[in-house]
Amino acid sequence: MTGVSTITADELVVAPVETGFWTRSRKVGLGLAAAGVLAAIAFGALATSQTARFTLSEDAQGAALAIDGTVGAILFGLIAAAAGAAMFTDRWFPWLLGVGIVAFVLSFLCWQISDAPAGQNFMPLVNIVRGTFLLAVPLIFGALAGVLCERSGVVNVAIEGQLLMGAFCGALVGTMAASAWVGLIAAALGGAFISLLLAIFTIRYLVDQVVMGIVLNLLALGLTGFLYERLMQTNQAKYNQPPHFGNWEIPLLKDIPVLGPALFRSNLFLYLALILVVVIHIALFRTRWGLRTRSVGEHPTAADTLGVRVLGLRYRNVLLAGVVAGIGGASYTLLLYSFTKNMIGGKGFIALAALIFGRWSPTGALLAALFFGFADQLGVYLGAINSIIPSQFLAMLPYLATILAVAGLVGRVRAPAADGKPYIKG
Amino acid sequence: MEPGEIHALLGENGAGKSTLMNVLYGLLQPDEGEILVDDEPVQIRSPRDAINAGIGMVHQHFMLVPVFTVAENVMLGAEKVRGGIAGFLDHRRARREVEEVSTRYGLRVDPDAVVEDLPVGIQQRVEIVKALTREVDLLILDEPTAVLTPQETDELLAVMRSLKESGKSIVFITHKLGEVKAIADRITVIRRGRTVGTATPDASRDELAALMVGRSVSLTVTKLAKEPGPPMLQVEGLVVDDERGHQAVAGVDLEVRAGEVLGIAGVQGNGQTELVEAIMGLRPVLAGTVTLDGQRIEGWSAKKVLRAGVGYVPEDRSVDGLVKEFTVAENLVLDIYDRPPFGSRGVLKPDAIAASAKERIAQFDVRTSSHESAVSTLSGGNQQKVIVAREMSRPLKLFIAAQPTRGVDVGSIEFIHSRIVHERDVDTAVLLVSSELDEVIGLADRIAVMYRGRILAVVPPDTPREEIGLLMAGVVQEEG
Repeated sequence: MTGVSTITADELVVAPVETGFWTRSRKVGLGLAAAGVLAAIAFGALATSQTARFTLSEDAQGAALAIDGTVGAILFGLIAAAAGAAMFTDRWFPWLLGVGIVAFVLSFLCWQISDAPAGQNFMPLVNIVRGTFLLAVPLIFGALAGVLCERSGVVNVAIEGQLLMGAFCGALVGTMAASAWVGLIAAALGGAFISLLLAIFTIRYLVDQVVMGIVLNLLALGLTGFLYERLMQTNQAKYNQPPHFGNWEIPLLKDIPVLGPALFRSNLFLYLALILVVVIHIALFRTRWGLRTRSVGEHPTAADTLGVRVLGLRYRNVLLAGVVAGIGGASYTLLLYSFTKNMIGGKGFIALAALIFGRWSPTGALLAALFFGFADQLGVYLGAINSIIPSQFLAMLPYLATILAVAGLVGRVRAPAADGKPYIKG
Repeated sequence: MEPGEIHALLGENGAGKSTLMNVLYGLLQPDEGEILVDDEPVQIRSPRDAINAGIGMVHQHFMLVPVFTVAENVMLGAEKVRGGIAGFLDHRRARREVEEVSTRYGLRVDPDAVVEDLPVGIQQRVEIVKALTREVDLLILDEPTAVLTPQETDELLAVMRSLKESGKSIVFITHKLGEVKAIADRITVIRRGRTVGTATPDASRDELAALMVGRSVSLTVTKLAKEPGPPMLQVEGLVVDDERGHQAVAGVDLEVRAGEVLGIAGVQGNGQTELVEAIMGLRPVLAGTVTLDGQRIEGWSAKKVLRAGVGYVPEDRSVDGLVKEFTVAENLVLDIYDRPPFGSRGVLKPDAIAASAKERIAQFDVRTSSHESAVSTLSGGNQQKVIVAREMSRPLKLFIAAQPTRGVDVGSIEFIHSRIVHERDVDTAVLLVSSELDEVIGLADRIAVMYRGRILAVVPPDTPREEIGLLMAGVVQEEG
């Protein structure tokens, strides 16, 4: 009689699949290599032999990285091409992609800077970093509002409307009370008002969340537009001359080279945005509230069977999101400008893209917002040095970056499983 | 219910067992009547009330957050926190609690494992641990064995016994007679929302079945021996991904011959769904070939595969099998609505559709008030008969039935089984996928056991259950 031995089948066996030569990494690599070669040729040919200087200050003075324009454009173009070629090894994909994009941008900048009018052949890094962060501020607030909402399972397309309402209420109430702080509180409440409508209609009456978000954006646009024309335009001094928060310097931190002058001699809103990123990140992943929020966004029925109040939690998070976005909106009117019609101009939708690009995490949203902020700032800078690229194209930069980032580079991301799905008991 | 008692609640699908228990757990509200705990009437308005009253429940569809760890799932709703109002999670205490409960009751789980990576058997343990950490006195298990291998079922029964010894009461909901007889102290049988009888475990299987269905039923399928014909479906080296991009089918070879039933046994979620969908052209084939009657069909559209002579009963009838808002008649021609006599040049012929529907409703014993009723008003069993009627109305070379009797009453099961055997007898090749081992053993001429995306073995239907059970758990016996 033969003995019978038992073996356990291996836990996970993966059959080899002939995916063909063209993996995702190689396809992107080919594109990057081609772009790099093109950059080396085209930017190299267009660039002048003026020295392009990247200064570590706010002007042409001080320490700088300097390189001959033509040489720089060709060199950085070739580095981008090399990064693309290296992708054919099918390894280090995110790193190579990062290097490639940075090198491509540098190649482009070498051309632009060397081609600028005499005396302007420099790019002051402090200004660029400062501008990037300032332009990212509303995006950070908006994306955080998205995180709060969507992690609990409610899609927030109404970020644009929340920002706009915040900006409007901040300007109106801030002017009338002659206090920036009162304006800030009013802005938070204005954002929360849009959120309240979103919450009631999507959570209680089960209206489609995306449709409701779009409707609320239009409502905010119409309402603030009407009041702006009827109220603010007729009596600017009484209704639309909001007091502004000044810049506050933070001791010690303000002396860090480059980052100090760029970030720590800044305003309340930037500080608040950075603090909120940290606070929400910790709260979401380390506290009871965060665990419950995430459970409600992933599997609300499971949360319900354990005594978590699903609908209550969603109401609370959506309202909180409105407060955050409302404050972000106030950064428009309580810092520099007074209110104008449709002054958010689509930033809310870019914030939505930053939320997705950042994979629904606060820190990811921050990085994505900075990426879009940089694209925006680049457009501003190129306009300032009289680039031959038409200003309309420069204004498109952040949107182009959005499309490329969300469609091409993110790949497949996993939204919270119950995002956008109303919860109905039973 | 007495303390330390295992009370089985036996009834057919749709008899009202789960509804009753959902009321008890506060997920649904009763229209009338009252609930007594320790002789006191209580109001259970929410699961929170139920937990406070000492009632815990393991749901048929697990209530676990897939992306959370075991410890996070266990503490959700009753979090261990420190730091006062901020409520920082105390993972160390949560982990310790899981370990404590799991060693006390012999339910081995790793508190740091992410739930979606765990096999269903372990996920169920997590559910039980979750209930036990809430110090329940009464544990409701809703169809707990539906997703388990026979060995895992035995383990579960052992856990239930140890819980009973420590004084917990258990309500065990099932429609499987063998398990009831093995473990229950008392049995209550429910039919169409009413208690129709109580019994003790020494009642015979036939008695219990008759009580459950309301008439005597034949529990076995009669099937004559038959010599199979030439190979009809051949699958070689098939590789398919699931939605998340993980490999669900990792190189499957199989062959179904004309006039035989090949049964695929296996615990749910081992690649059966993806295998069938890939054959049907509903899911991309990453590697390998599918050959139907000598013709390569991988990469074909589902429509083309159907027209080539394949009948298909999908595993989730309400999502993939029927358009629920459509009428019975419309659902019966979903496959051939654009062909004469039902339609031509883009125009439907309602008369022909109605006439054919009436004929098939009679032929397949579909219980409906009219052929114009919305299919959603039918019972699960009759909905399934509509699908079977539609799919068997074409000339078939191959018939694929995925979980054909899930959520179907006993009468309809008998009928569907007899139709499947009939197809085999007229020389159609039949591929049957079912997670009910009894069904596979009863119908199949050969049984292929699937585990983690592979066919571990093909065995004859008279193989001992234990051996098939071991294969389903991934244990291969080798002679040597």
